[in-house]
Formats: sequence, structure tokens, C-alpha cells
Amino acid sequence: MTRPGVAGTLIWALLLIIAAGIAARATYTADLSAFLPRSPSATQRLLIEQLRTGPAARLILVALEGADARTRSRLSVQLARELRSDPRFIAVNNGDSASLERDREFLFRHRYLLSETVTPQRFTVAGLHAAIADSLDVLASPEGALLKPLFTRDPTGEMLTILEALGPGRGPRTTEGVWSSRDGARALLIVQTRAAGSDTDAQQAACDGLRRAFASSLATIPAADRHGTALLMSGPPVFAVASRAMIKGEVMRLSGVSAALVALLLLCVYRSLPALLLTFVPVASGALAGVASVALGFDAVHGITLGFGITLIGEAVDYSIYLFIQSAAHWRHSVWPTIRLGVLTSICGFAALLPSAFPGLAQLGLYSVTGLVAAALVTRFVLPGWLPRSFAIRDLGAPGERLARAVQKVRAVRGALWLVPLLAGAALYVHRGTLWNRELSALNPIPAADQALDEQLRADAGAPDVRYVIVAFAPDRESALAAAQTLGALLTPLIDQGVIGGFESPARYLPPLAVQRARQGSLPAPTVLSARLPEAVAGLPLSAARLQPFLLDVERARTAPPLNSADLEGTSLGAAAEALLVRSGGGWSALLPLSAVASADLSADAVARVRAALAQERRVHAALLDLKGEADRLYSGYLSEAAQLAIAGFGAIVLLLWSALRSLARVTRVVAPLALSVVAVAGLLVALGERLTILHVVGMLLIVAVGSNYALFFDRSSAQPRQGSVPLTLASLLIANTATVLTFGVLACSRIPVLADLGSTVAPGTLLALLFSALLARPPAPPDAAPTGAS
Amino acid sequence: MRLRRPGVGVLILALAAACAAAAQTTAPPAFDELLQLLAARRHGHVTFTEVQQLAMLDRPLESSGELLYDAPDRLEKRTLKPRAQTLILEHGVLTARRGHRTYVMALRDYPQVVPLVESIRATLAGDRAALERTFRVQFDGTLAHWTLRLVPVDATLAGAVKDIRIEGERDAVRTVEIRHSDGDRSLLSIGPEVPP
Repeated sequence: MTRPGVAGTLIWALLLIIAAGIAARATYTADLSAFLPRSPSATQRLLIEQLRTGPAARLILVALEGADARTRSRLSVQLARELRSDPRFIAVNNGDSASLERDREFLFRHRYLLSETVTPQRFTVAGLHAAIADSLDVLASPEGALLKPLFTRDPTGEMLTILEALGPGRGPRTTEGVWSSRDGARALLIVQTRAAGSDTDAQQAACDGLRRAFASSLATIPAADRHGTALLMSGPPVFAVASRAMIKGEVMRLSGVSAALVALLLLCVYRSLPALLLTFVPVASGALAGVASVALGFDAVHGITLGFGITLIGEAVDYSIYLFIQSAAHWRHSVWPTIRLGVLTSICGFAALLPSAFPGLAQLGLYSVTGLVAAALVTRFVLPGWLPRSFAIRDLGAPGERLARAVQKVRAVRGALWLVPLLAGAALYVHRGTLWNRELSALNPIPAADQALDEQLRADAGAPDVRYVIVAFAPDRESALAAAQTLGALLTPLIDQGVIGGFESPARYLPPLAVQRARQGSLPAPTVLSARLPEAVAGLPLSAARLQPFLLDVERARTAPPLNSADLEGTSLGAAAEALLVRSGGGWSALLPLSAVASADLSADAVARVRAALAQERRVHAALLDLKGEADRLYSGYLSEAAQLAIAGFGAIVLLLWSALRSLARVTRVVAPLALSVVAVAGLLVALGERLTILHVVGMLLIVAVGSNYALFFDRSSAQPRQGSVPLTLASLLIANTATVLTFGVLACSRIPVLADLGSTVAPGTLLALLFSALLARPPAPPDAAPTGAS
Repeated sequence: MRLRRPGVGVLILALAAACAAAAQTTAPPAFDELLQLLAARRHGHVTFTEVQQLAMLDRPLESSGELLYDAPDRLEKRTLKPRAQTLILEHGVLTARRGHRTYVMALRDYPQVVPLVESIRATLAGDRAALERTFRVQFDGTLAHWTLRLVPVDATLAGAVKDIRIEGERDAVRTVEIRHSDGDRSLLSIGPEVPP
């Protein structure tokens, strides 16, 4: 080994140890943070808060299937009992009569503090008369059965007012005393985790706990009754855990498959184990350097980044392929400058991703830039020193020449290339209405079957995906409740006008203190009330003497201490109130989810009217958040940003080529096949029914960044025909390209949409880039250069 | 909040009775044939009066109005006196309108009610087997004057409804009497058909 070779090796080893140290200490995540913006706007921050800590993000829908309805009911009761004693869950609802009874008991006991109709007028003689007459009407109707046992305690019908405000039974149907799916074939439970949705470890523990509780509940059922029982789970926590597991699994699987395929390819080509091992030195160094740089540049390395990073295998091997195949004699003077320019253009492409607000892309950019630089430097300064004197791989001259002749033959039909932009343009034009997928769900790694199950369970549970939420901000909890109360008064008329179907509010279960005090103040003293009653029931088929229980209950409510959250404990209402009151930043937020009248979405007009109502109320600082709309806007922002970055990256590559080649014709010859590949791939994807996502756009940038290497070698062959052998160059390019296509092709098979989109763009794109570069390259001029047709 | 029990059943029985009252055909005095005739009925529009006796009230609650039926599953009870209120049962959803307030409940949320609904559906459909799944059915009398006595089989229902007696002359239902286990009772009397 030469002196510089020794020095290079030492520096390499030192840096490698440092990078390994950083990578070992780095934090790795696989949650949704890769998709959340790095510097969010105010509305985006609200959205992120909802996704991370909001009540919807903590909801697990549980379905029990198999066996018979009675067994499922027993299982549901047992499972609920176990989960209720598990501190990882703050609410477990299965619709059993005991928990419904607890809720009803709470509402009835505190009805004079909870009912909106408790006002001073209600307890005047005229007010009492009207309220009791109304209750008698109800008594004569089907709901009479609800009121009858309570009538002498609640003759003004406050309980019914509360139940009406809570809305009709949107909950699941009941089979054998517990919640079930609409067809009755599954028992249903709705479970809320204590941990925030963003805490994937805690969610994993909760999901595991749920599965264990199911297993031990099942053990209490006689074996003969258990046939076919199964546990189904859905909801954001389940998805978060599943997608993390999927990302981990996919990254391991795909990198293994990629490495194996590339190794197999190179072994076939080189027929030399040392050459194969040496090839992977720059790859491994690049990967390690990439991980270390992302760990330094970001809070955590995302699993998706490592997935993207698989593609580095396909590119970093290129450099050593060029080194080994294209004669070492020419290496430093002829091959290396071309590689250097290729590395620089690739870096231009990946560096364009660095400023992206989409952290997944920014990490991909940094990882790839560092990885490629490291791989190229190792190939240039470390690897040559390690080549044994007897180093030899199989001579590829003969196959290279056959390749060159084949290319020459195909060149004859290169006029047909004009068809490429025409056909692609036609495909793009035909599908112009459905070109882009602008929904965030385009990035969702959850398989369609699981999403369908979620949709079904949600419909069964009467828990549709909340899309619209009013968020009210307040400095403390009590004022958040007061804000919710004020907003409630604002929203109620909108229900009557049919603008919205309904809303939820923490103030329903826990009215602010001032409201509770005012309601208590509306209740007359016992002597006053008992004096008013005989007059109030005059003309009604009822004597005041029967209403003694009413007098007692009013007096109890009048002197009771106000309700606090401790009173709500053990009821499902408590969990609901808890979920709708969240601590955020320095203050508190009250959440009021809105439901639409008929469909899942509010009309644009309804949204405008809600916003107008909010704007009028100046005492409350509140905003209407459209969760899906905001998420789609966020993604749409990523998409247009990615398009801009891709164009900027393309521009930078062209500028770089211009400064290196200094010839408009040469730059055009390098760029034209790349542009043609991008257009062809876009047309191909669209023609196959794909709707383009952000990763397709990034993939197109990578076609240019990676494909430019091939174009540059063709450019070199024609510009400096005496340096290097054209057949060998062709052979090395074909092998390098195959390695790239293999790794991106493996990525295209991923179940994770972002990886699949990138792979399915770059794999065909780079293949076409090589083909088009070969076809469009200017043949070397000298007649005596090579005996092949390439000259 | 699953508190409501027999009320819906009362209504439905009343409505069904109204439909039955409207049926005018001649047939041999056999239970099965009676059910067949009831099932053949597509529309009905009759008057009613109802008296409900509740232990806690000093006087019975009296009301009157009109009943409407459209096969197969729309029933409407329009109470006109003493105060207007409308109850509509359609596709298993009960909607109550009183003044400007509307209250909606889905019957599927109230399994206690389902046997009652099913008994009526079965009666209207002439489905004796379905009827006998829910009730012990006793058919007495002649076609000229018959009585149907329905006793809930289900124990949870038995707690609220003791029995239901439907009386009819030939194939017209005249009264539906529901007795609750707490002693309360209601009697619905069907009047003549309202001319269109």
C-alpha cells in the first residue's frame, strides 16, 4: 500500500468509528413525526396537537367476534372489567347496563346543575305549570316510560332536557346487554388510552395489555363456548403501532433483499469474492456516514429515512463498479473526473430536498448527500490502495463489445424517440384531471383492508371520524370550560337552523362554576317552592302533595357543593369531559367536535356560518379546525414545495453541467435523455392509473440526479474517445444501472406507499435514462478508435 | 340511557290495531286467516281516543287524534287533543314532535322494545311463528267478536308489560288494552275510518 493509501485508510477508519459512535447513540423513531411539518403554522400546530394528544388519537375500537352472542357478551363484560382496572386506559365503554346506569345516575343526581332549562323563570308559578304540563304530554307518549319512574322527583323534566341535549342514541346497538355491531355479529368496546397518541411505546404497551386482557378474559369462558372467538382492534393507536412495526420490518427486509440482489449481480459479473467485498466498503461507509449526519442534523432518525436509504446501496456501488471495470490505468485521470461530476450532480439533486418542510424528505436529502460523498471519497482515496496487485475481475471486453454493437443497431431507430414525449404528453393530457393525489392519505402506510375494518367499526360504534373541531383557548381549565359554555350557547341555534347536526362540549358534563352557581340561584327555597306548587298544578291531573320528592331534590341541589371532575369519576361522561379538555402549551384548550346534519362533512356554507358565529363572539378566543382539510392542505403544501424543490434541483444540475462542460450542445446531450426519461415515466405512471404523489415528484428529481451519471459517461466517450474503452464503459454503465434499478425496484415492492412511490418512479426512470443516453449520445468521431460499431 | 320500555310498544300496537280496524273482508273464524287479512292491508287512516290510568295521577290522561299507516313500516300517531304532538315510526326510527322540539330515537337501541315491534310486524304479516316466538298468544271468541291476548315471553319485558289484549269484531280491531305490572293501564279505542 502506498503512503497516501495508508493515510487515507487511517482517516477513513477514524471517521468510521466516530460515525458509528454517533449512529449508536442516535434516537430512532417510526411514528408520524416524519410527516409533520418542521416549522408549523398556528393552524398546523393545532392539527399536530390533535394528532399527537387529541382525544381521537387515543381511541381504540375493539370488536369481539366468533362464538355466540351470549358468549361475546360475557367476554365483553369480563374484558371491560379487566381493562377498567388497568391504569393504561382512562375509559372503557362496552354499553353494559352497569356503566349506563352509573352515567344515568350521575346525570339524574346532578340534573339541576346540568340542565340548560334551569332558570329563575322555570320555577315561577307559570314556569312550573308549563314545564309540568309538558312533562305530562311526554308521559302520554313512548318516552313516558322513561319519565314515569322519575316523574315525582323530576316533574319539570330536566332529565329529558339533558338527554335531548346529549343527542339521540348515536351509540352502537345493544345485543345481549352489551354494545354490538349493527348486524349483531360482533361485540364492541370503545377504549381510550391514558397515553398521548404520539407516545408509540406507551400505545404499544396499551395494545399489548389489551391483547393479554382478551386472552385472560377468554380463559374465564368454558372452552366449549369459545369456538372461533377473535379480537379485532382498530383506531389511531393501533395504526401507529402497526405502521411502526411495518416500517421496521420493511426496512430490514428490503435492505436485506436489495443487498443480496446487488451482491448476486456483482458476483455474476466480477466472478471474484474480494471484488464483491471491496464493493460494499464504500456502500457501508456511506450508509453509516448518512445515518450519523441525520442523527446530528435532526432530533431523531426516522425509520422511513432508513427505508429511503436502501437506495444508497444501488448508487454507491456504481462508483466501485466504474473503478473495477473501467481500466484502473485510466481511473484517476479519466474515470474519476466523470464520477466526480456525476457525484456532484447527484448531490445537487438530493441537496434540493434539504430545505423541505417535510422532515422525511429533508432527512432523505441529508442522508443521501452525506452517504454519496462518503462513498465517492472512499472509492477515490481508500479503495484503490486496497486493491491487491493481482486484483482482477472477469474481463468484460467481449460482452462490452457485443453491447456496443447492440446499441449501434438500436440507434437506427432513435428517430422514434420523438414518440416518447408525444405518447407521454398524450397520457398526461388525458388524465390531466386526476394527475395529482392531493390527500394526505396518499402517504398512509396502513393497508386498505385495515382501513376498511376501521371504517366499519367506526360506523358500528357510531363514532365517525371527527373532521371538524372548534378549539377554544383559555389561560386555565375553568376559563376553558367557560369558553366551551359560551360557544355552546352560540352553536345551539345553529343546530335548530339545521346548519350543524350537533356538537360535543366538556361544559355539558362539567358546567363552569359560574353557570352552576347561577343554576343553583334559580332554585327557590323550600317554603317558596311548596307555596308555588299548588297554584302551578291547578288544572293539571296531579296534586301538589304527590310532588314531595321534587321538593326534597330541589333543596338538595340548591345546597349541594358544585360539581367537580372528581364527581365524574367512574362514569363514561368523565372520560368524555377529560378528553375534551386538554392542557396545551401554557394554557388549556376546550374541544368542541361538530357533527354534520346528514353526511360526514359540513357544507362549505355551514363551515362559513360556524366561522362567522365564532367571529362574532369576541369574549372567546376560538378557531374552527377542519382536521382532514388541514391535513390535506399540509400535504398539498408539501407537494407544491416538492415540485418547486425538484425544479430548483434540476436547475442546479443544469448549471453545474454548464460550468463543467462549457458547451451548450454537450449540456443538451446530457440533459435531453434525462428530461425524456422523466416525461416518459410520468406518462407511464399516469397511464397505469397512478395518481402522482410527492414521492413521485422526488423520484423524478432522482432520475435526473442519478441518470446524469450515465449521460456524462456517454458524453465523455464521445468527447474524449481516446480515454477509456467504449465497450468497457458501456458494460460498467449497464451493471451500475442494473444495481440501481434492482434497489429501487425492491423499494417499489414495498407495502409502505412513500417507499413504493419513490421506487416505482426511479427504477424505470434510471433504466430509461441509460437507454436514452445511449441512443442520443454522439458517436465518437475517429474512424480508427475501436473496431466496434460504437465508433 | 336505556330507560324507555313499553311506550313504543303501546303506540305500535295502537297503530297496528288501527290498520286492522280498517281491514274489511270476510273469512272463516280462524286465527291464521285473520292474520292473512291483516297482512293484506296496505293503508289505514282512523280516529282514536286513548285513556291512560297512572297511579301517580289523580285523573286519567285522555287524548284523541288520528292514526295513519302505510305498509310496510310507517306508522303515525297524530294527537290533536289536549295538545298537539306527532309521533312517527318509520324504518325503525321514532320521531316525536312537540311544539318546536323534536326528539329522535332509534328502536334498534332499545332491544326491550324490539319484541313488541316484532309482534306487530308479525301480526301484520300474518306470521304466526314469529308472533309466538315473542308472546304466548291466546286467540278467543269468534270472528264476529274475538280477543287476542299476548303475554311477553321475555322476562325483561314482563317486568314492564303484564299483558296486551286486542279486541276486534269480525276483522276490525276495536280496542287495545295494555296492562303494566305496576298496575298502570292504557286503553286505546279505535274510531271510524277518516274519509280521504
